[in-house]
Amino acid sequence: MTAGLRDIWVYLSASPLLALTMTLAAYQVGLWIHQRAGRHPLANPVLIAVVVLVALLLGTGTDYATYFEGAQFVHFLLGPATVALALPLYRQIERVRRSLLAITVSLLTGSMVAAASAVGIGALLGASRETLASLAPKSVTAPVAMGISEQIGGLPSLTAVLVILTGILGAALGPLLLNLMGIRDMAARGLAIGTASHGIGTARALQVSDLAGAFAGLAMGLNALATAILLPLVWRLVL
Amino acid sequence: MLFFLTVIFACQLAGELLVVALGLPVPGPVAGMVLLFAGLVIRRGIPDDLARVGDGLLSNLSLLFVPAGVGVMLHIALIGEQAVAISVALVVSTLATVAVTALAMRLLGRGSGGGEG
Repeated sequence: MTAGLRDIWVYLSASPLLALTMTLAAYQVGLWIHQRAGRHPLANPVLIAVVVLVALLLGTGTDYATYFEGAQFVHFLLGPATVALALPLYRQIERVRRSLLAITVSLLTGSMVAAASAVGIGALLGASRETLASLAPKSVTAPVAMGISEQIGGLPSLTAVLVILTGILGAALGPLLLNLMGIRDMAARGLAIGTASHGIGTARALQVSDLAGAFAGLAMGLNALATAILLPLVWRLVL
Repeated sequence: MLFFLTVIFACQLAGELLVVALGLPVPGPVAGMVLLFAGLVIRRGIPDDLARVGDGLLSNLSLLFVPAGVGVMLHIALIGEQAVAISVALVVSTLATVAVTALAMRLLGRGSGGGEG
């Protein structure tokens, strides 16, 4: 790099615009590959964007805090977007009302399986106690999961990462598993994906159908509530 | 349009305040979602401009998780040390959760008018 170019790089990397543009561009790359792969769930745009950005940041020696100064503007919109999930939910209000009992029982069962199976498998394979506590709330939307993790002795920032990985896994593998199981009911598909993989699963479900998206958003909200109340109690009783 | 963007932000703000004031175990935006939902039920409909703003946000929901996802670079070392336990636990548990929830919903949803969506 010539001195002039280096000056430009130093200037740009200090401004939030670069990280913001990189985030949008990496996501465009993710979307493009997703389209090219025939919208296959495994070609998840979030996963692709994250891989591209981590490679870029590690390659240029940029730390996460510097990146986040720009990326926070995208991150901030998660709040208002979560509020907007009231729209698909309202559109499916009749369907939700008809299946209220089925939704409640399925969701509580799924919520327990999510925490118990993660902790059980992690313990069997020798994960540390701190890692297990960070794993337990992995199916819950990040802000709530971080609070639960802290309460039961996990690392909130590790939990945030495990939550995102779980979201990507659920969005990528969930639809394939549901296809294998022959479950075509969009309400059941959405509820399952939303319970297992919170907002990232919900984003994926919304792309497929409004009904699936509404049930996924509902499942995300209720799972956060159920896990926040039940997990710390069970954790103290069992472990 | 700007009016309804303000409404959405106001719901989130009210949700955050409610959560802190009552010590609720949910995040502020989820409480805000409940507030907006209640407003729609009372109003018995979604105004067109609210639909435009809200659906615009939701159509790009995936993008909004990218900055948090990049945070994986902070924990690459720790995850590497326990890579097998963490990855098997995440994959198997996520698949088990999807399967159990969907099966329960299919079994229970039959009697209550569930069907092809």
